[in-house]
Amino acid sequence: METLEKIKEIKKEQSAQKFPLGGFRGLSGGEAVLEAFLAEDVDTIFGYPGGAIMPIYDALYDYNDRIKHILVRHEQGAIHAAQGYARVSGRTGVVFATSGPGATNLVTGLADAMIDSTPVVCITGQVFAHLLGTDAFQEIDVINITTPVTKWNYQVTDASEIPAVLAKAFYIAGSGRPGPVLIDITKNAQLQQFDYEGYKKCDHIRSYRPKPIVRKEYIEQAAELINNAERPFVIFGQGVILGNGEKEFIQFIEKAGIPSAWTIMGMSAIPTDHPLGVGMLGMHGNYGPNVLTNECDVLIAVGMRFDDRVTGRLDKYAKQAKIIHLDIDPSEIDKNVKSTVPVWGDCKETLPMLTALVQQKKHEAWHEKFKVYQQKEDEKCIIPEMNPITDELTMGEVINVLNELTKGEAVIVTDVGQHQMVACRYAKYNNSKSNITSGGLGTMGFALPTAIGAKFGAPNKTIIAIAGDGGIQMTIQELGTIMQFNVDVKILILNNQFLGMVRQWQQLFHGKRYSFVDITSPDFVQVAKGYYIDGQRVSEREKLKDALQTMLNHKGSYFLEVMVGKENNVFPMVPQGRGVSEIILSKEEL
Amino acid sequence: MQKEKNIAAVIPPLPVPSFTGGGGGAVKQEFTITVYTENQIGLLVRIAIIFSRRKINIDSLNTSPSEIDSVHRFTIVINETEEVVRKLCRQIEKQVEVLKTYYNNNDEIVWQELALYKVPTDVIAEQVQVERLLSQHGAKAVVIRKDYTVFEVAGHREETDNLIKVLEPYGLIEFVRSARIAIIKNSEGFHKKLKEFEYREPGEAITENEFLNQNEEVFSM
Repeated sequence: METLEKIKEIKKEQSAQKFPLGGFRGLSGGEAVLEAFLAEDVDTIFGYPGGAIMPIYDALYDYNDRIKHILVRHEQGAIHAAQGYARVSGRTGVVFATSGPGATNLVTGLADAMIDSTPVVCITGQVFAHLLGTDAFQEIDVINITTPVTKWNYQVTDASEIPAVLAKAFYIAGSGRPGPVLIDITKNAQLQQFDYEGYKKCDHIRSYRPKPIVRKEYIEQAAELINNAERPFVIFGQGVILGNGEKEFIQFIEKAGIPSAWTIMGMSAIPTDHPLGVGMLGMHGNYGPNVLTNECDVLIAVGMRFDDRVTGRLDKYAKQAKIIHLDIDPSEIDKNVKSTVPVWGDCKETLPMLTALVQQKKHEAWHEKFKVYQQKEDEKCIIPEMNPITDELTMGEVINVLNELTKGEAVIVTDVGQHQMVACRYAKYNNSKSNITSGGLGTMGFALPTAIGAKFGAPNKTIIAIAGDGGIQMTIQELGTIMQFNVDVKILILNNQFLGMVRQWQQLFHGKRYSFVDITSPDFVQVAKGYYIDGQRVSEREKLKDALQTMLNHKGSYFLEVMVGKENNVFPMVPQGRGVSEIILSKEEL
Repeated sequence: MQKEKNIAAVIPPLPVPSFTGGGGGAVKQEFTITVYTENQIGLLVRIAIIFSRRKINIDSLNTSPSEIDSVHRFTIVINETEEVVRKLCRQIEKQVEVLKTYYNNNDEIVWQELALYKVPTDVIAEQVQVERLLSQHGAKAVVIRKDYTVFEVAGHREETDNLIKVLEPYGLIEFVRSARIAIIKNSEGFHKKLKEFEYREPGEAITENEFLNQNEEVFSM
């Protein structure tokens, strides 16, 4: 608060010149925004200035010693970076953007954060309040544009609203099921001097219940089902990570001895080599977890939302099983899959209650079944992927070598497409919050800017952005951000010279009619060099390990392009419109 | 992540209680959704897009104050299956500024719609049977002028529709009908419920844009 007093003193002097008539009465709206950030322990802002947010940036000039501002190259980059920051740290990411195009450029990131429940607070500048609705320069109705893609949004037209509104914004973004919040502040409110009465954190909104209360009778019913189950199966999602419930989760599955599979978003909540971890669910998940979903007798879903990429055809999904669904968001219960026992609540609270009531078990015969399927998958998919008979590299072997070198300690940020599926299938993780990917929205261009944010959220970790030749070109301008701020991000491009996932579908389901998936790329390494980022390209197997080691050892960011087979496919696969147990291991089975 | 003091979570968000006895199954029927909310600019859009996103038509929508100062009440009528309506209600209740959502079928509510009819005055004055018809339908004159008279009828859809047909031959000039408003038979009102929301502060006053009429006085760039 001492520094605030100092600022007030200085401002008073300045304002005597700036505001000869009114004089200084406290803080400007712009300063109030930054005071709120300090109170919320914000240390990094990802942003891009512009006309309608200039008063906030003017205020930022005086706060620059306490809050870092990372100037990105596009507002989409800013919000993805904030997502990366939030996903690795569990804290709320913060974004500045100006009105009009600045705000509309945030929309993809907001949608991504919304569907993947990422806490982000975006501040957008807006034209003067008296110009609203006049089609003023760079005016856009950002509140209505972003309503479907925000957990909450609000337009401020008076500076005195700012402290309370920002307190609400941080509370809503970070509590319950997290999500993005956007606050639009008109320029007059940013400039306006008002009587600042300090910042009070918000911990209650009467119409908002972040967590449903846990109902004991459901816990008891769930425990009874689990105790009587012969083939129980746990499937878990990001809820375990968002609720900081990793420890509680592991205690639960270890006591009950239940095989557990993760969704793409739940990945890394438990170490990938945990003996009870049986792999990934979903369209390109592992064989056993998919098939055995339709053989278990009790399915325990923890912090996951039965996305269609996980369930395949719903009328062929776990019809034989009793379903226990643990989720913090009541609207997820019974949305896609009808539950036998709904357990509402934060899994950090519900899991220990459940653990206390379940019996210690091993379920050895049931575990054996997963191993049988694992062997089949090894034979048909994994061994050929790791030991290809051709000279062409496969994506899987690149990830495999990477695992050897990182030993599961790196944070891997993936883009969207084949490389994403392969990375998530084969990457090893020891620590939670290590797998950052765009799961729900499937945003190509996600990896590079998100990795930048992740580095600021976890500065001591190795951050590896893995992208395809398509996705990287969607946000490649963020190499500029890496250059300017010396961000240590390892960029690994798996280049198959195609939009690979679409090509795979065209091959399998559209009679190999390759319609506009043949994408030409620049000389990526030269592009990186243009940004003063070192790098190289490899296509030979014998050089792969050295190249990856060079990348990891390199001081600062590094750009490694690996040429991989052009027409490799990702298998296993649950073809769209089929049930999870109809998963195929090769295209011959289609 | 910031850990909230979880005061607000004392009460479970129950499954939206349906007072419906028989399971509707997959049959579409008329449901009336009642939503208790804070008064906030933009909330109407947030609620409306829950329907439009799923391409569901809203048959009728009314917003009004409730029995509690600062709590608003939306009354929404749609024609859908109970399963869909239940999911919609959960999505509505998820909105930060929504306190509570209920849905009911027509047996569980008392409802009314208000209709206004503008008819030439001379027709009514000259033809006795029109007067009789109007009183049969419970129509009440709101305005009587030399050239036209405006009647009002409150009732169900069929009742107000019937009177249109009756008046058409007599030169009905204009017709308008309000959205449905409904009272839930089984409801004890919202006062008690609101206490469960840990009433600590009244709803916030909304801040409207006060600058729209000052565009010539304010400097801008």
